[in-house]
This record gives sequence, C-alpha cells and structure tokens, in this order.
Amino acid sequence: MTYDVEAIRRDFPIFERTVGEYPLVYLDSANTSQKPRQVVERMSAHYLQHNANVARAMHLLGAESTEAYEFARATVARFVGARSTREVVFTKNASEALNLAAHTLASRLEPGDEVVVSVMEHHSNIVPWQIACQRTGATLRWFDVTEDGHLDLEKAEREGLVNERTKVVSLTWVSNVLGTVNPIAEIAAQAHAVGALMVVDGAQGVPQRVTRVSDLGADLLVFTGHKLCGPTGIGVLWGRLDLLEELPPFMGGGEMIEIVHMEGSTYAPPPARFEAGTPPIAQAIGLAAAMDYVSAVGMDAVAAHERELTAHMLAQLDRVTGIRILGPRDADRGGAVAFTLDGVHPHDVMQMLDSRGVAVRGGHHCARPLHERFGVQSSTRASSYLYTTTAEVDALAEALDYTRDFFAGKFSSGGSRARRERRRQLAGEDIR
Amino acid sequence: MSQPHLHSMESLYQEIILDHYREKHHSGLREPFEAQVHHVNPSCGDELTLRVLLDGDTVSDISYEGVGCSISQASTSVMSDLVIGRSIEDSMKLYDEFRELMDSRGLAEPDEDRFEDAIAFVGVAQFPARIKCALLAWAAMRDATSQAVAAREETP
Repeated sequence: MTYDVEAIRRDFPIFERTVGEYPLVYLDSANTSQKPRQVVERMSAHYLQHNANVARAMHLLGAESTEAYEFARATVARFVGARSTREVVFTKNASEALNLAAHTLASRLEPGDEVVVSVMEHHSNIVPWQIACQRTGATLRWFDVTEDGHLDLEKAEREGLVNERTKVVSLTWVSNVLGTVNPIAEIAAQAHAVGALMVVDGAQGVPQRVTRVSDLGADLLVFTGHKLCGPTGIGVLWGRLDLLEELPPFMGGGEMIEIVHMEGSTYAPPPARFEAGTPPIAQAIGLAAAMDYVSAVGMDAVAAHERELTAHMLAQLDRVTGIRILGPRDADRGGAVAFTLDGVHPHDVMQMLDSRGVAVRGGHHCARPLHERFGVQSSTRASSYLYTTTAEVDALAEALDYTRDFFAGKFSSGGSRARRERRRQLAGEDIR
Repeated sequence: MSQPHLHSMESLYQEIILDHYREKHHSGLREPFEAQVHHVNPSCGDELTLRVLLDGDTVSDISYEGVGCSISQASTSVMSDLVIGRSIEDSMKLYDEFRELMDSRGLAEPDEDRFEDAIAFVGVAQFPARIKCALLAWAAMRDATSQAVAAREETP
C-alpha cells in the first residue's frame, strides 16, 4: 500500500490555512505536532457527553469517564508494548515524567553514586538530574558526542563512564536537535551489567517509531502526547512494574493514597501512587485517540515516511549555499534537522521564513550544552511528521535562499546605500 | 484575522537596523569601566556582556560583547550611540521612553530628534516575540549604570 500523505493531510484542517499569500508550511513538529480532527472530536465528545471526574465520582458519568480514562491507559500500554496497564502513569508532559523519575530515584542516591546523562539531552533530561544530585550528593556525569553527532561511546569506555558507582543512566532515544538515534539497547545492557537503571527520554522517538519497551531495554520511559498528534497537558511515564512498586510517591494528594491518618499515610500501588489529584482526563482520552490515529496509518509507515522526508530534507539543505547541518547523515535518523546559515542569526532566519509561511524553530531548542559543544550559540531547526510533504521541504529550501540574499544585502538599493553613507558620516560627528 | 507582519519584513528589518547589524558601533569590551553586567535572553539564547564608565553625571563609555540576532545586535549598537555622552538621568529617561515605544504595538510615532536611529525599532514593536531582543541592551545599560552609581555611592 502506498503512503497517501494527501489523505492524511485532509484530517488536519489547519493545513487549509494560508499565511498571507503563502500556504502554511509547518516544519516545527518536533516542537509540537498538529492535531487531526479525530483527536479533537473525541475530546469534545468526552467533554460534551461524558464529562465527570474519574475514580471518585460513582455516578453514571463518573463511571463512563473512569472507563474512558482507564481505556486510554490500556491504549498507551499497547502502544509501547507494556506488560500491564499498571505500568503506565499519566503526567502532564515529558518534563514532569522525567522530574518524577529523578525525584523518586533520588531516594536511592547517596554521595559517591553517579548519574549519567549526555551532552545532547534536552534541558528536561539534565536539570532534574542536576537537582537530584545536588540534593543527594551524587555526581552527575555525561556522554560527550562525536563531531558527526553520535554519542562518543569510545571516550565513555576510556573514561569508564558507566561503572559500578553508576545508579542511573538517562538518555534520549532520538535527539531533538541532531536527529541522532541512540543505541539505547546497547547502553541499557551496559547499565544493567553494573546494576544501574536505564531511563529513556522518548519525546522524539515514540511519536515517530515503533516502540517496544522490552526491545529498548528501558526501566523507565517518558514521552509526551502533544508531539504525537495528541493534546498538550498529557505525558506518560512507563515503568517496569516491580520498579514502580518500589518507588516512593512524587506528589501527595487525592487518589495517590491508601489510608490517611493525621500521623501519616499509606500509599496506593502504581500507577495511582504517582497520579495525585484530578488527572488530565480529556487529554488522556485525546492521547488514546491520537495513538489510534497513528496506529491506523501504521507506525512502520510513519517511520518510513520520516526516513524518506529526512533524506529529502538533508539533500535539499545541502543545495543551499551557506548551510551547515548539525548532526549525522545516517540513513536511520530522526526527522529533526538543525542547521546554521552563514551570516544570519537563527532568530532572523525563523522570522524571514515565517513571513513566507514556513514555520520552523530558531534558538537552542532547550539544548544549550549541545550547542555549546558544537561551538554555535543557536540553530534553526526544521522537523517533519507523518503529514509533511516533500514539496514543503522544497519550500523551506527556497525560503532559505531568499533569507540569505536578504541579509547579504543583495536586495538593498543604491538609495539605501547612500543613506547608509550619510548615517556613517553622522555617526562620526559628535552631534550632541 | 489581521496578519500585519506578513507584509512588514521591510518595516522590521529596516536598513538602519541591518546597517548597525553589519557594522556595530562601539563594540568590544574596553577598559576602564565601573560596572559590568551579563544579560541573557533565555528563550533564544542571546547573550550580552556590557560595561559602563561614568564621568561625573555623564555616561562616558559603553562597551560590549554579545551574540544574538540582528535586532538585539543592532539595538545594542544604536543604544550605545545614543547613551555615550548623555547624562545618567537622561539615559535612564530614554530607557523608559524606548520601553514605551516597544510596548506601543507599533502605533507610536517616535520623535526622530530624540530617538535618532532608534526610531527604526518601532517596527519591532509589532512583533511581540522580538521585543525582548530589542530591549536586551537597554536593560543591560540600565542595570550596569545603576550598579556603577551604587558602587560610587558606597566608596565616596
């Protein structure tokens, strides 16, 4: 069956929008994805026909709402290959899930212990571990990257990065800047060999690839709904059930308890232990709708489309004079392509592309250490998803040519050059 | 829905701004100085180190080193042109006026005699996401000048 990108696009009304005279070219899906009407409709049906709180509401609507929420949990469990629905914890986003992981695992850390991350991580997989290490006296260490944007496994080996002191290794599956696909299973095996736990940031990987937690070798996996055609406000922590059962609570509140006495409380088993307060109910239902949507397309097909689009993007960007692409040229590469354009700051690139309908992200993409490592202050990032077309990638390349010429002064007139001269003279005088 | 920015790349990136971006005035960190500040724009990563030297009631020098977009770089250049040689009091006043200009959503008609090249930034005020780029240098100047004044009061 051929991949029908036009049929997919018809499910996303936002693509009918124009930006001035230009059609919308949305190349910021690594930031957040667009939403198909199926997701929005299921959420609106929940709000308009079934809305009630979950678990604590015992009436009919409460039962419907609870059923839909728990059905969403089962959908997520299937989507990632979990052994049990009890392994799926709903959070508000991937950042909260990583904070949950770092906070609860910190209960096992003490001075002399080591936590390992990498220099290519999103800030949300760095800062929570920094905080955990500060609190416990453990040491934070990290994988470096090679010039071509892979984890530097040889250097890690030489330095004995993962060793008997290592308690946690937390890595991104797919880089949100470089697009690098990390060898998670291989590193998980190293971590497990020294008795450490493997935490995986799947924010970029899970929406684009077939996810099987057992194949990844993860003990904990986090991801977010809004990059997977789902709504904002819903994230997931998947955890091995025996590990979740050992972890202390993260936040205290309603539904995470067993019995509360004024002198102390006992806690509910997972996943409820980690879901204090009214959860994001409609968002969980929306996430399940999104997973149904992408599953109907087929995650194999989504992954193949990403590979094809990414190859086309790399080839098109290579044709643009002055572009430097950050990250590897692997065939198996994530769809986020970050680059610099000679002489034009990413903020200005973003602004010029936006004026021509092309939406990209400019900045450090919440990965400042990685940019520092590559000696650039920031970059522009284009990223695709299941609805992206090769024609959109071509529009990006054309808009980049225009942008470079604009800032190179190719379009400035003789008149403005004369004005510039006059201003220089003025600047030379002391006019005050 | 109105989308004014789509037709106003020229109003955002006016020649004055691009000129200052390509050829920054007063750039580079100089001695002597009385206060140095480091300001950042966390959302986009723009960074600016800025030094201020006072002479009596006047800002006698501003020197700086920074990385950032054309708007933030040009704004630093224009600000230093305007403030060097100006009284401390009037520099602070000019900061307030520039801030007001940025908050005007592009509707203000700034006085060219007062603002000189800074009038070009009126276009920036139409782009809420870019206002902080234009303000970075001004906020750094204000901070450094206040610190220099405070330090002077501590050691008479």
